[in-house]
Amino acid sequence: MGRFDPYENNGGTCVAIAGTDYCVVAADTRLSVGYSILTRDHSKIAHLADKCVLASSGFQGDVKALQKNLSAKELVYEHNHNKKMSCPAMAQLLSNTLYYKRFFPYYAFNVLGGLDSQGKGCVFTYDAVGSYERTGYSAQGTGAALMMPVLDNQLKSPSPLLLPARDAVTPLSESDAVDLVKDVFASATERDIYTGDKVEIVVINRSGSHRECIELRKD
Amino acid sequence: MLTHYTHSLTSGPRRNTHLLLCWLAFFSCSILEPKKNTATKPEEHADREPKPYAHSDPKIAREIQAEEDEDEASRMFRNQYDTDVTTWSPAGRLFQVEYAMEAVKQGSACVGLRSRTHAVLAAANKAASELSSHQRKVFRVADHAGVALAGLTADGRVLSRFLRSECINHAFVYDAPLPVSRLALRLADKAQVCTQRSWKRPYGVGLLVAGLDESGAHLYYNCPSGNYFEYQAFAIGSRSQAAKTFLERRFEGYNDYTPDQLIRDALSAIKETLQGEKLTSSNCTVAIVGRKDDGTVEPFEMIDNKRIQEIIESMEAVEEAPVAAAESSSMQEDKGTDAAPMDI
Repeated sequence: MGRFDPYENNGGTCVAIAGTDYCVVAADTRLSVGYSILTRDHSKIAHLADKCVLASSGFQGDVKALQKNLSAKELVYEHNHNKKMSCPAMAQLLSNTLYYKRFFPYYAFNVLGGLDSQGKGCVFTYDAVGSYERTGYSAQGTGAALMMPVLDNQLKSPSPLLLPARDAVTPLSESDAVDLVKDVFASATERDIYTGDKVEIVVINRSGSHRECIELRKD
Repeated sequence: MLTHYTHSLTSGPRRNTHLLLCWLAFFSCSILEPKKNTATKPEEHADREPKPYAHSDPKIAREIQAEEDEDEASRMFRNQYDTDVTTWSPAGRLFQVEYAMEAVKQGSACVGLRSRTHAVLAAANKAASELSSHQRKVFRVADHAGVALAGLTADGRVLSRFLRSECINHAFVYDAPLPVSRLALRLADKAQVCTQRSWKRPYGVGLLVAGLDESGAHLYYNCPSGNYFEYQAFAIGSRSQAAKTFLERRFEGYNDYTPDQLIRDALSAIKETLQGEKLTSSNCTVAIVGRKDDGTVEPFEMIDNKRIQEIIESMEAVEEAPVAAAESSSMQEDKGTDAAPMDI
């Protein structure tokens, strides 16, 4: 019969790009299991705080539990500190939450995007057990390997190890970044079977957050 | 014979047990003795009873006096049965719990009122000294609920934290807000535990729990005894009788009040408790929660000082002569009868 497998990969890809005063977080809406599609309309994006958005691919059962867990912890933070969590604070909380389950991990590949306390865009990218890094852009999920080279080509900044310190965020405008995201999803959809249907793009800036859905190839 | 006795004692590990038991018997006799003496002199205790504070309102002072007179018979025994919360008095009262309710009466006033769709909480702010900030008396518990407290604010803070965590856990499991009646029930059950454990004491804080759920807006009062009641409008704390009298005259129309009217009445009720002191936005806190006509929810939020000041000023502009309330106030909680306050 075989042992019960507590995990399954529902596929999908998530991307985030940080700009000087905005952040774009995007994820496709296809939920698959094996070679089948379960639904074409499932959101992988969670708004954890007003300037902080989490996109996660992987096992959506774990993703849902992780999102609920973080929302509850954010509420406790709000009660204790009388303010909503900032993106860097949520980044640390996510890392701790993931490592807490080091020996039975959340099968979730996360990308956290938002504005930091200075209003600059920030993107944090994670592995399944909480190792994280602040970067200018990132992709996670089944189509990540197809997207990252394109993002590197368009957005890569000089090494953060160089002096003087260079900004990791892209100088691109908000609309250019959104166009780049659309292009990158269109490319990944061509070759990755788990990516497609629709892409949900959330843009966070000073005035709040804005959401749009773009159709992708459905095959 | 003595030698025989000591011989048997020196053999084996039990040599000292008999001596120890004799010593314990003598010791406990000497300790228990004094308590018996106090039971035979009840008259002394009447002198040691703390005198109730003289209320400024003569009508209320008379009511307190009437209550004290009725209590005279049970007063003689009061100090014997009030040492811990797990001791009943012969009249069937738990004095520690009643004392905890006294602590609520000493706190500064809080007022709550509700319509069908909105609930308002208001508190009179009291600062420990001119140099300090004032006590926080109104706490947000969840988006749909909040509490105002009177009494030991430290106990209130701890209970607010408990209520917050209950709301969060409920929302996590059921993906829905905790209904206000169940929130009040959780709080009441927690308070009851402290009235039935010898190593605990009752919480010394009364809470007005206001919130919105599917069945509309609600207001509950939770007492240290573990009892809770739903109210259309209520006031607790010191000088709250004046506010209650004000609310009693007007509560019947509250179901159809607009949020603005509710806020005005809440501020007027707080004004009654200030008794002469001027009402400003710095000596009161007001919070509101409700569902607007279009169905959207106004989450529980303190109203900012500027808006409160505007409302106070507009109230003063249309000041009406206070209505003289001639009849005695019929309170929703009966305090002057034989029944103990918490048993209604």
